[in-house]
Amino acid sequence: MSDTAVAATPQSPSGGSSTPAPAGTPVAPAPRSNQILRDILGGSVVISILAVVLALVAGGILIALTDEDVQTASGYFFSRPGDTLQAIWIAVSGAYSALFQGSVYNFGAVDFAKGIKPLTDTLTFATPLIAAGLGVGLAFRAGMFNIGGQGQMLIAAAAAGWVGYSFPLPYGIHLVLAVLAGIAGGALWGGIVGLLKARTGAHEVIVTIMLNYVAVYLVSYMLRTPGLLQAPGSNNPKTPAMLPTAVYPDLLGSSYNLHAGLLVSVAATVFVWWLLSRSSLGFKFRAVGVNPNAARVAGIDVKRSYVTVMLISGGLVGLAAVAQVLGTVTSGFSSGIDAGIGFDAITVALLGRSRPWGIFVAGILFGAFKAGGFSMQAGEGIPVDIVLVVQSLIVLFIAAPPLVRAVFRLPTPGVTGKKKPVRLAKAVAAK
Amino acid sequence: MKLELRGITKRFGSLTANDHIDLVVRPGEIHALLGENGAGKSTLMNVLYGLYQADEGEILLDEKAQHFAGPGDAMAAGIGMVHQHFMLIPVFTVAENVMLGNEQTKAGGRLDLAAARARVREISARFGFDLDPDALVDDLPVGVQQRVEIIKALSRDAKVLVFDEPTAVLTPQETDELMVIMGQLRDAGTSIVFITHKLREVREIADRITIIRLGRVVGEAAPTASNAELASLMVGRSVELTVHKELAKPGDEALVVRDLSVIDALGQLVVNNVSFEVRRGEVLAIAGVQGNGQTELSEAIIGLQEKVLGSITLDGQSLVGMSVSRVLEAGVGFVPEDRNHDGLVGEFTIAENLMLDRSNTAPFVKRGTLQLAYLNQFAEEKTREFDVRSQGIQTPVGRLSGGNQQKVVLARELSRDLRLFVAAQPTRGIDVGSIEFVHKRIVETRDAGVPVIVVSTELDEVTALADRIAVMYRGSIVGIVPGNTSRDVLGLMMAGEVPDVITTVRADQIEGALL
Repeated sequence: MSDTAVAATPQSPSGGSSTPAPAGTPVAPAPRSNQILRDILGGSVVISILAVVLALVAGGILIALTDEDVQTASGYFFSRPGDTLQAIWIAVSGAYSALFQGSVYNFGAVDFAKGIKPLTDTLTFATPLIAAGLGVGLAFRAGMFNIGGQGQMLIAAAAAGWVGYSFPLPYGIHLVLAVLAGIAGGALWGGIVGLLKARTGAHEVIVTIMLNYVAVYLVSYMLRTPGLLQAPGSNNPKTPAMLPTAVYPDLLGSSYNLHAGLLVSVAATVFVWWLLSRSSLGFKFRAVGVNPNAARVAGIDVKRSYVTVMLISGGLVGLAAVAQVLGTVTSGFSSGIDAGIGFDAITVALLGRSRPWGIFVAGILFGAFKAGGFSMQAGEGIPVDIVLVVQSLIVLFIAAPPLVRAVFRLPTPGVTGKKKPVRLAKAVAAK
Repeated sequence: MKLELRGITKRFGSLTANDHIDLVVRPGEIHALLGENGAGKSTLMNVLYGLYQADEGEILLDEKAQHFAGPGDAMAAGIGMVHQHFMLIPVFTVAENVMLGNEQTKAGGRLDLAAARARVREISARFGFDLDPDALVDDLPVGVQQRVEIIKALSRDAKVLVFDEPTAVLTPQETDELMVIMGQLRDAGTSIVFITHKLREVREIADRITIIRLGRVVGEAAPTASNAELASLMVGRSVELTVHKELAKPGDEALVVRDLSVIDALGQLVVNNVSFEVRRGEVLAIAGVQGNGQTELSEAIIGLQEKVLGSITLDGQSLVGMSVSRVLEAGVGFVPEDRNHDGLVGEFTIAENLMLDRSNTAPFVKRGTLQLAYLNQFAEEKTREFDVRSQGIQTPVGRLSGGNQQKVVLARELSRDLRLFVAAQPTRGIDVGSIEFVHKRIVETRDAGVPVIVVSTELDEVTALADRIAVMYRGSIVGIVPGNTSRDVLGLMMAGEVPDVITTVRADQIEGALL
């Protein structure tokens, strides 16, 4: 638009009339992503519930569209529209009923003990999701995006598993040590991220994603190398089975998969609740999360809190890996042990709005999706991908609260009585 | 051109920002719009400029009703605006900025810069501005940048010019020059709307004054009205225009700053070899135009700046190199200049904000656990003592008015045992009632024997509170003068000149601290 070079503004030396520099040192707060976080987490419970409802509706439409009977019936829609509607009803209600029966109570079972099994499966699936969701949610509250659940889980699984199968130790002590090793492994992998952010200002999203790759290939390598994690006398990239002394005890006997990891996840939820709402440390985390500048001016060590929160966050994600290794898959694990939980945890944390009990409920809901998804596929022939689509849509709707508000005509919070600052697009408030 | 606003009403949700406002600006007059922050002045002008659509009422220019869908329409109709924060592009030249948004082109879509240059020269000549059309805006002083804004408006044949708080960023001398320019414009037939909350300026230049309070026109006044009359109209009750304070009884030197330099994150020397001391029981005001190193100086004291050379000692204890929390523990209270950015966590409740800088130790934290019962009791007590108006201590601080927010900051800082109190821009953007309150508390703090530093760009505030005044210019202290130094001298010093004779005024003539 002009022949003048648009170069970086040269600042006049020594202050003078130049722009008042924003408060000195580079703490590297991420104001923009903080704002996004605030928007997402500021949504109400209502938004979360409506997002789930919307996602289920959209999922229902997908089920209907992909159902063969519906497609056939719609071929003669104008002569007998009733057939199409009926086919849609059968497809959608069948699918969601299978989802329910696969995740809560199976009405076709012979007795109550068998009928309730799906619910225990749901809780089993929920156990690691809750723990990892708490880890991700805690980081959210302190203004950090922890996308590194996968890597933290793998390292934690390696640590917990190694302790779990290597050392014959008495009951109790062994389990505790293995759990602690898992927490330490996750905390280590998370702590690296916090340290890098605090020391160098490296963005945690990039660092966590890259550390995921490092962990995947590191653990794969260890699983393929005899003397490290590979089971002796085997060529498979898999560890030996856990020693019985290191395994979470079953909660409801051996006919159910449910293990004591659930109690650990409940305890972790209580712990995070206490941390965030009752502890001095959590108070600082929250302050740093919403306004790192004010936190710094108030004497809170922002950098240290980045490190601390990532240590705890990684430790909680580590608990998820522990639940997998010592609870769900005790026969030894391979590199797929994280089962996508590290990423599902992000969804769980978002759906739970990063509140501990919200995450708990969201974790159970996602556990139900996992448990029910399989029976949906087995019983109704509906691809399990539909469940994944529903899960993804939930995130989408939560990440876009204005969309949900628009769909349900909800008022926008915080608009009334606030004057919006007017800014002209191109204008620059010079000096 | 005659501008008339009839029954303009603008609502934002349940809040009525403008309530049936009538305003007539005659051709060739300067009409001052006087009101507190948040009274609705800016909203009204944004309606006039087409940035907002009025819910009711109409805008007439020379008796013809206008409908502005955006600033473009308003400009085309002959309305120009000089914004408080200049809408200029720093890396463009004066001519480029003036033509921006209204570019003349030659064949083939090439910009006709020559025409723009000629236009700038022509208008400059008409008003006696000495302005090079090819100068980069970034290199110009603030006062000259404002002239670019004025030329920009005039180049579009503006017959009505709106000045939105034009003096906020100017030195006193630049303010005087602006007054002269406004007078010239008026004499050339331009109608001028002058938005301000400073009584002195209004009485100096305005032909008529309309006072707005809480979105309504509450009265008209002539420029001959007294400060007290105008102030009471603005605030709705009679206000104390002066800060009552006894002469300071300075004690020992408490804070000693020697050869202090600060280098900012960009590697610039923002505070240059500054030395001063503050005694117990006195207020040292640090005056200066915004951006001359005052911010960085106060941040250096509190430990927020990383590259600090020289020494800062408080009661013999060196503060340089200490973390912020240790400085706070050493008894330094700090009111940051931007409370929303640095002073408060908007999403946190009043109670939580009151313990923000004491989240480590008793009585708020014991064995790592928050003492919520104590906190609530403390918050109830302090909100009462500091007159924080809210729906309760669990209200998020972001929902409070600026004045109440500042009281929360003040309550937090003043309820610790202080050995030094640093307040940066303590009354920026808050209502007159709160200003009175804040000033009273600052003087009380001083009288309790605490050394106080007040950083302010408002000359009135400086002269009202200070026992001594240090004037900063380009990172250096130009001089430290008595609190009753005359405004003229201070103005010169704020522009970097050291006057030969320091003239002072008698204490009883210091006026107008609040507005």
